[in-house]
Order: sequence, then C-alpha cells, then structure tokens
Amino acid sequence: MPVSERHSKLVYDALAAVGVEVVSALPETWLVHLIRLAEDDPEMILVRLAKEEEGIGISAGAHLAGRRSAMLMQNHGLLQSVNGIVSLAQLYKIPLLMLISDRGHLGEPDPWQTQGGRTTRPVLDALGIVTDELSDPATVQLQVARAMTLAEASSAPVALLLTRDLMWEALA
Amino acid sequence: MKRVDCLEAIYDELTGCAVVTIMGAVAAELYSLGHRPNFFYLEHAMGLASSMGLGIALSQPDRKVVVLDGDGSVLMNLGGLTTLARYAPPNLTHIVFDNQSLLSVGGFPTATATGSDLAGIARAAGIANAATVTGVEEFRAAAVAAIEAAELACLVAKVEAVGPKSFHMDLHLLENRFEFQRALRPQPQGDPTP
Repeated sequence: MPVSERHSKLVYDALAAVGVEVVSALPETWLVHLIRLAEDDPEMILVRLAKEEEGIGISAGAHLAGRRSAMLMQNHGLLQSVNGIVSLAQLYKIPLLMLISDRGHLGEPDPWQTQGGRTTRPVLDALGIVTDELSDPATVQLQVARAMTLAEASSAPVALLLTRDLMWEALA
Repeated sequence: MKRVDCLEAIYDELTGCAVVTIMGAVAAELYSLGHRPNFFYLEHAMGLASSMGLGIALSQPDRKVVVLDGDGSVLMNLGGLTTLARYAPPNLTHIVFDNQSLLSVGGFPTATATGSDLAGIARAAGIANAATVTGVEEFRAAAVAAIEAAELACLVAKVEAVGPKSFHMDLHLLENRFEFQRALRPQPQGDPTP
C-alpha cells in the first residue's frame, strides 16, 4: 500500500496554516510526500538533516529568531534526539512541534521497527511530552493547530504521531 | 594562544550579531568580557550550538550569526558540519576553540589531541572557507574577515587548555534565553541593534 499523498497534503497544509516557515526533516518512507511538499514550497525553508537531533537545535534557533518551525522524523528519530529534547528544548523552554511517524506499532510488518514502536509512547510519556495522534483526516487541521497553540503557550515540545491509519491509503 | 585573548580581540565585532556560545570555558570567558543581550550561552546540548546557529541564520538572513564552539562539542555533531555545508548560509561564522580537551569536566583529551583535524573535516564536509589559526593576530584577522564576508566560514583556533578562574555567571539560563529572544526581534526604525 502506498503512502497517502492526499493525507500528507492535509498535514502539510495544516503546518502552513499555523505559520510554520522552517521544516527540518530526516526522511523515512511515510514522510516522503510531506518532505517533497516542503521542498516544492518556495515559502518554506526545508533543512534536510544528517541526524535528527540537529533539528532540535535548528528549531530552537528558529524560535528564538522569531520563526515557527516543525520537525518531521520517524519515531527512531525521536529516540535519537532525546538529549537535545531534554537539554535544549525542555531546559530552555522552547516550543517544539514534532511530527513523528508511528512505526513499529499495530500493523507494522517490518521486524526492525518493532522495538522502537514499543518504546515510542513510553519515552514520550517519560519525558512528559504532550502527545496527540493524527489518525482522522477530518481533524488533522484542528489537531495541528491545537498542538501549535499548546507548544507556544507552554513553551514546550508537543508531539504529533503520524499513525498508520492516516499515512497509508485505506483499503478499498 | 589563550581563548580569552581571542574573544577579547573580536569582542567589538560581535555587536549586532546573534552570538551562540557552547558551555564551559567559552561561555564563562565571553561572559567575563561583558555580557550583552545578543549573546546566548548554550549550557548543555553539546554539539547543537552550530545547529542553533544554522536555525538563526536561515531565519534571519540579514543578521550576522557567530557560533563560538569547542572541539568536544563539534566532535559530538560532526554530521552537522555537512548540514551547514549543504545550506551554506552566507551570514554564519562558526568559530571553534580547539583546546584538544574537555576542560571543564577535568581536562580529558579529545581526539584533536591525537591528530583529528576539525578544519580539515569541515573542508571535506563541504565548507570551503575553513582554516586553522594559532596566533591571536592571525585569529583576529581571519575572524573579522569571516564575519564580514558573505560566506559560510569555519575557523578553528588552536588554544591552550586553560579556562577562567571561575565558571560562575550571574545570569540564569532562562533569563538569558528570554533576553536573547527579545534582542533578536527586528528593531524599530532608528533604534540601534544591541
């Protein structure tokens, strides 16, 4: 089953609608269309990363310089970024919007993703990061807007999990 | 040469720039020369000073951004040098004070003590304007040129493994963070930037 272009566009448009001007990303399968949309948008600054943790620094810099940003990464990228999240985003009270593809969870056929899948929610919980799941295309725009509002109001990271239900084309 | 002498030599050049410095001796020595609202001290998240600099530089293309980094920090985010090179913001200058050690935790040697060449790595990562300097005058000339040039630069300054007498800064990290954000706001017409 292909990754949903239509739903990727919903997510992208929701980011643009809340004023995101900088997107940092490390690609994985589910993020392909989202990254391409950012690349094709002349109004968006896309930073392709070598390692996800860099994106924490980039978002912190963007925020302090007055621009809204978002990170696109796989859940293993979240795990990779934890020190940056804790000792920069949380310590320095940076609103950090993270869109995280929910690999290794129910329906995951790839064995190598499954350990990360088990770890994602407990790690977000352990870090005290408010998390919302994007599953229903009808509420994506509202959920992204609420996530950004909370991130700014709390000066803290907020995580949006891009679920299999949203990111893959539904069965006919 | 001493890091603090290098910082003193370029202190006036930092006016109006967004300055991000990594923790430890670099931060304490810059602070000791006189804190300004446009200085941000990243007291943790080693490796991410250059990434923060990139985020600021891309967000405010008209603002000169100076990152004051250390060898230990850069070694933690070597991949970040390739990201800097990829986007090559012309308004960013990355200065690395290489004392070949992690000084503030007890002076443990880093890999630059056994031959790892950070300017060479930066150049090979794609940052053409990368150089190593060993004298204060040489540093001053190179740093001023790098800050004034519209080109990404990485300047590695080999310095002695010494630090300030005190690492204490009378500035809470959150106070610094909010003051720095305010200092980066666009200034109303006619007001000088800090």
